[in-house]
Amino acid sequence: MHRAAFLALLSHWRRQPLQLIALLFGLAAATALWTGVQAINQEARSSYDAAASALGQGTEQRLTGEGPIPRETFIALRRAGWLVSPVVEGQVNGVTLLGVDPFTLPPMAASPNLQGDRLGAFLNNGLILANADTAPALAGYNVETAANIPDAQATMDVTTAWEVLGKTGFDYLVVTSPQPMGLPPLTEVAPGLTQVTEEAAGDIANLTRSFHLNLTAFGLLSFAVGLFIVHAAIGLAFEQRRSMFRTLRALGLPARNLTLLLAGETAVFALLAGALGVVLGYGVASMLLPGVAGTLRGLYGASVPGSLTLDLSWVLSGFAITFAGASVAAASSLWRVATLPILAPARPRAWAMASVRGRLLQAGAGALLLVISAVIIAQGEGLVAGFAMLGALLFGAALMLPFFLDLSLRAAAFVVRGVLGQWVVADTRQQVPGMSLALMALLLALAANIGVGTMVSSFRATFTGWLDQRLASELYLTAQTPAQAAALEALLDAEADATLPLRTAQARLVGAPAAILGVVDHVTYQQGWPLIEAAPDPWARMNAGEGAFINEQLWRRTGLAMGDRLELLPGWSLPIVGVYTDYGNPEGQAMVAQPELLARVPDLSPLRYAARVAPERVEDLRKAAEALGVPAGNILDQASVKRFSLDVFERTFLVTGALNVLTLGVAAIAILASLTTLASMRLPQLAPVWAMGLTRARLARLELLRAALFAALTFLFALPLGLAVAWMLLSVVNVQAFGWKLPMLAFPVEWLRLLALALLAALLAAALPAWRLGRMAPSRLLKVFADER
Amino acid sequence: MNVKALLTLLFTLVAGSFSQAQSFAGLGEDADGFALPVLGDQFVFPEDHGPHPAFRIEWWYLTANLIGADGRDYGAQWTLFRSAREPRADATWQSPQTWMGHAALTTPEAHYAAERFARGGSGQAGAVASPFAAWIDDWEMSGSDTLGELRLTARAGGFAYDLTLDAQGPLVFHGQDGHSVKSAEGQASRYYSQPFYEVTGEIETLAGPMQVTGTAWLDREYSSQPLGRTQSGWDWFAFTFPDGHRLMAFELRDSQNADYQSGSWIAPDGRVTPLQPGDFEAEPNAWTDVDGRRIPTSWSFTYPAQGVDVELTAVNPNAWNDLVFAYWEGPFRFSGTHNGTGYLEMTGYE
Amino acid sequence: MLLNVRNVSKSFPGEPPVEVLKGVSLDLRAGESLALTGESGSGKSTLLHIIGGLESADAGSVTLDGVELSGMKDADLADVRRRHIGVVFQQFNLIPSLNVHDNLIFHARLAGRQDNAWTNHMAGALGLTEMLRRYPEQLSGGQQQRVAIARALAGKPKLMLADEPTGNLDEDTGDRVMELMLALTAEAGTGLLMVTHSPARAGALDSQITLSHGRLS
Repeated sequence: MHRAAFLALLSHWRRQPLQLIALLFGLAAATALWTGVQAINQEARSSYDAAASALGQGTEQRLTGEGPIPRETFIALRRAGWLVSPVVEGQVNGVTLLGVDPFTLPPMAASPNLQGDRLGAFLNNGLILANADTAPALAGYNVETAANIPDAQATMDVTTAWEVLGKTGFDYLVVTSPQPMGLPPLTEVAPGLTQVTEEAAGDIANLTRSFHLNLTAFGLLSFAVGLFIVHAAIGLAFEQRRSMFRTLRALGLPARNLTLLLAGETAVFALLAGALGVVLGYGVASMLLPGVAGTLRGLYGASVPGSLTLDLSWVLSGFAITFAGASVAAASSLWRVATLPILAPARPRAWAMASVRGRLLQAGAGALLLVISAVIIAQGEGLVAGFAMLGALLFGAALMLPFFLDLSLRAAAFVVRGVLGQWVVADTRQQVPGMSLALMALLLALAANIGVGTMVSSFRATFTGWLDQRLASELYLTAQTPAQAAALEALLDAEADATLPLRTAQARLVGAPAAILGVVDHVTYQQGWPLIEAAPDPWARMNAGEGAFINEQLWRRTGLAMGDRLELLPGWSLPIVGVYTDYGNPEGQAMVAQPELLARVPDLSPLRYAARVAPERVEDLRKAAEALGVPAGNILDQASVKRFSLDVFERTFLVTGALNVLTLGVAAIAILASLTTLASMRLPQLAPVWAMGLTRARLARLELLRAALFAALTFLFALPLGLAVAWMLLSVVNVQAFGWKLPMLAFPVEWLRLLALALLAALLAAALPAWRLGRMAPSRLLKVFADER
Repeated sequence: MNVKALLTLLFTLVAGSFSQAQSFAGLGEDADGFALPVLGDQFVFPEDHGPHPAFRIEWWYLTANLIGADGRDYGAQWTLFRSAREPRADATWQSPQTWMGHAALTTPEAHYAAERFARGGSGQAGAVASPFAAWIDDWEMSGSDTLGELRLTARAGGFAYDLTLDAQGPLVFHGQDGHSVKSAEGQASRYYSQPFYEVTGEIETLAGPMQVTGTAWLDREYSSQPLGRTQSGWDWFAFTFPDGHRLMAFELRDSQNADYQSGSWIAPDGRVTPLQPGDFEAEPNAWTDVDGRRIPTSWSFTYPAQGVDVELTAVNPNAWNDLVFAYWEGPFRFSGTHNGTGYLEMTGYE
Repeated sequence: MLLNVRNVSKSFPGEPPVEVLKGVSLDLRAGESLALTGESGSGKSTLLHIIGGLESADAGSVTLDGVELSGMKDADLADVRRRHIGVVFQQFNLIPSLNVHDNLIFHARLAGRQDNAWTNHMAGALGLTEMLRRYPEQLSGGQQQRVAIARALAGKPKLMLADEPTGNLDEDTGDRVMELMLALTAEAGTGLLMVTHSPARAGALDSQITLSHGRLS
């Protein structure tokens, strides 16, 4: 009996293959985007964990000294039993060189891979390892690529680093954990050294948390969009099978068993769709991961591999979310079956229609959510509140969409003339309830697109303008050795219009790693560093060593006000007299007068200079600097720095663009699924018109028009919503996530492009049902007038 | 990790990570300009206690059977390996010499092992003949130029020891004047030992310090091509008999040819009777699962020429050196026709 | 002659194919009414569909007011339906999304022949004046059929095709609807071809023919 009943239930899907495909694909797509995002997050997390044990990134104990540590000190420590490993650090062409001793280096993620012939070359032939992105910057050296080396970093033997950087000692010693028992104290073995804790990795995890939250929010949004599809498909299938349920019940199948059978059916679908979804999710993740890796690198300097490892945990989580989603989508239908009177009539059309009261109720709930969102804006704080606010706004607006569509179509009915036009409007209006879930999905996708697109474009415009202003110097040069630096400074003093030596010290400001920038008194800075907050006479006070500027990130994070004292180094604090914008930098930064900084931190390398020089003399100066032995790669002109920065920026938002397109794609599928499932129910609407003299082809064209009309109306509603989203992203979420606030700019051309995209998506989705209508056998249309439905 | 794996490869010739034999098979065939042991060479001391950079590999290998103040058996291992990429030495950080140290301490319940690596030329590790010292980091073996008196120290995360060694007999040379043949193909090493040490000192674990006494055995060996291509591992036995005799026997397991046996029967006065292939028989009679491998930790050993027929039992069957290159090394007791203690080393079990 | 049907044959695919019509011929003069009777499955609905250009015949010809329909393209057939033919089916004739008024004038406006006086006259005659703002789902079956008849005749087509227009109605309502339909058809000067299985209803028309097993008897 149960087997027969189950087969009878399943037979429905054989007759409605498109509905089955919509159901499975909707569920699979929802699962795919969700698991894809999870897989990416997981990959990133494990690579942070790996990085946490990697050289130069992890929570690491180090021994540092005043100046370079002699080799003898290292040997003395080892002979005393201290497990330490020496590191030589330096910069070449913007790449951080790390000279390591493979014999004593503790195991870590970014250890050089020295398989095959590499060890000999590494130890004796100056082999340098860098990843494929970084390797070109080291042209001329004996470089081989190694994927595990973080971006803008290169690893080599200490002896190689000595030669390249012109050093003889070490910059610091890594302290291995655990140490042997009973070591002599450091003060006895190496009195000049102090033990410090480096904590960059924890900061990376913190910094990127907002990004992953962002990604997760996108994944959830996509999942919700997918569930709209599933809910529509399951709900319709249940309604269409009511007469079958009636028969099965009449034949003696208890309601409980019928419900269980249907739940079992849902479980089977969830299993199938889950498998498909996880596979697709893996594909999505593999496709997106390079973009995500680029974003993380560009925005935070975090290194995440561009390839994916299969992990059982997200496979399982994928199945779990599929089952959860299918249960949510099927719950109301199952409930109705369980409580269905045996002889309830089939009313598939009633299912697709919602009562006016229901629509108003839904709109009311939506309005309530919008109010909640507004309350969060006023009261909330923190990133989670930011996303809660966005969520309330988006879903509130989505709930109000049917009401809005109905209203606009009612208004359109007054405007439209012509019998067919009026019919199309009236018919479209009647279709709103059946289409509303899919259109809500489209609304969410469009609003997210407009919102994120506006944010990225606003950011890009602001960032480009800021770069133009900030990068005022024509040449940026880095010397390799102090001697070279002296020669370079002499050259620049003689040849350039102005020499701006750049000195940076690493420090901890208000408990987090930060840089202190020492600048000289020059008008370039006053022109290039606009202050968004300043005390009276800020530049004079900063240059006189009586105050410090801090970047926007530090300012927003700490809540420091003008005049508050900031401790820059132990025993050195200055009042804050200005705040400057510093986009793209995840860390805090302070700017002080260079003489003051050098007085406290005398030995600051690397030795960088910015030079102001007339554009036509840039090439001459470059050649002169090269003649001093400064490597060509260490001389950057303004244009290349800008190009590099913008390149980083573009990589940063690569993944956002990809996710936008994917979400829009899922919405298009939702429309397709709805149109397909509604197609058979729409025949009673179409058959009379056909009988009265409209060809099927014409009806099909009108169906396309109707889909376009829906998309256009939804877009109309999505535009203000998207702008609200953009405003929230720029003014609330960005401030929380990155520490900077950006002005919002409008990009109407992008909106038009998106409108075109939305229309295209709707037309593509409507194409198949329309094509089927255009070629439908007349007998099917004629049946409408004879069938008992 | 990969660095360590490769360093291991360099040292595999010494201790024999035989599963990877193919990757350095070439080294077994051809000495690449390294010196080769020549039959008839004579040792010159104290110079030969120091390093031989012209040979590819070399070790200072000490094992000690100890009895604690609590009356229980303990074992200690201290090994310094030298490996060369090229047959030369210099005092720069680019020297082709590399060093690896292994230290282990075995108790009936636990086995501790640690390792150290160092580049040659830096001073972090090395050996000098006079005044004799061999060291890596703060692990050190040093003493008289005759190796008659030595002090041995090592210290790691969970254990430490500090032992004083006093030789009760002369150095002994294996094979023919120290020319120890390792395969039927003729691979050989220079090999001598000091098997007569008496030991006093202190060992320390997390449980606390413990006074110990006992015996110890130092092996000195250097070579450039110690193994045949098809040899997959070895079992090395060192017996200390209460009457003052010593027995060293090893069997090189061969994947294609007959296993190769050799060894030395050492009289209390240091006279050596070399063992020929077939002179002894060693049969495992109990196995222990260690680190996913089956390791024979109890053996039947017979050496009919001296009427030796004994059963060996490991003090701690789990004496697994779980290092980058892993092998079994630990003390045993034997009983049967004779009773006593010894050290067993087993490599190449996968 | 308004309508000439000559030797029309039609089969539906099957194994073997089902021959529904086997060379049927009939004529109808302008303004006349003709009842087409026969048992279920005799092919009468199919014949009506073919005459209305809703389905195509395998062989034979249909000429409406001198215009040959067989072989016409889909778009031209639709044009003929729009201008010259009114249809009333057994049920579900109305467009659910339009109210009664809009349904009433729909066909006439499609045909470009809206005549408000005539429409109002029909609405009055059919008793629909009070329900012009209602939607089809709010009407009874009889009311729906009356709207359908008014809509079919609103453009005063040359030919009205009715397929069991009272088949879903009770006896009394059916009689009333029938009466009104015949009166209004006559008033509009429209020829009527009606399919019915009821001899009583057939008797009310000018003439009647019976279809049996695909042939006229």
